[in-house]
Amino acid sequence: MFDIGLTHYLVVSIVVFCLGVAVMATKRNAIGILLGAELVLNAAALNFVAFGRYRVPGLDGQLAAVFVIVLAAAETALALAIFLNFYANHATIDVDQGASLKG
Amino acid sequence: MILLEALMFYVFAATMIGSSLAILLSRDIVRSAVWLLGTLGAAAGLYFLLAANFLAAVQLIVYAGGVLVLIVFGVMLTGRQAGAMPLARGSEIAIAAVVALILCAGLLVVALRGPWIELPGPAPAPVAAEMRTIGSELLTSYLVPFEVASVLLLAVMIGAAYLARPEKR
Repeated sequence: MFDIGLTHYLVVSIVVFCLGVAVMATKRNAIGILLGAELVLNAAALNFVAFGRYRVPGLDGQLAAVFVIVLAAAETALALAIFLNFYANHATIDVDQGASLKG
Repeated sequence: MILLEALMFYVFAATMIGSSLAILLSRDIVRSAVWLLGTLGAAAGLYFLLAANFLAAVQLIVYAGGVLVLIVFGVMLTGRQAGAMPLARGSEIAIAAVVALILCAGLLVVALRGPWIELPGPAPAPVAAEMRTIGSELLTSYLVPFEVASVLLLAVMIGAAYLARPEKR
């Protein structure tokens, strides 16, 4: 109970991951979907660091998490640029309206 | 000390999960974006507990300082609709909840019964890596991912500038 181990971190990470998936599935606002993706990425990075602390000594886990953060920042910048374009074209950020290419 | 570490872990874990839940349940995108701050800050706290000091600092600076501000700017630039944006339809919410719960249960079963749980020996003592070590590792063992990340950032910069530029008609 008071001896925090790998499983504690795994459970937190899994719960946050699933909440992120649920956020991505239920939000209709494109930025809300981006928030869900951030949750998923954070859960994954937490897993890397927890394994690096408890099972694989060394810096592998921490540096993997650093690269996850780099990817997340890049993804956010591009996604927001795309959303701004979408908003300029459709005057809304509701992803259900992005159906111009629907057959 | 162990008691304090456990207490801090439970505080940070509860904050992280609670904030994530608030993101899911909040109807207003601005509130969701602010709740993301709780998740990111709690994740930084967990990194501190995992003896990843550098990573926790990066998390606070890049995520809580940079990405979150970027998201809030995005929210402001895309305009707030009068009232909250409607949620997905009831059936969609039900499907999403079922999928997330099944995924959660499956992942928990796999993670708690995997071979890594029974690995022998006590956990290695937490050693906070020095900045010097991290820097030299980044430029020796991790040189290829480091360079790939720099190329990625260049591509992202060009792409974002191209997308954000007003279209000439």
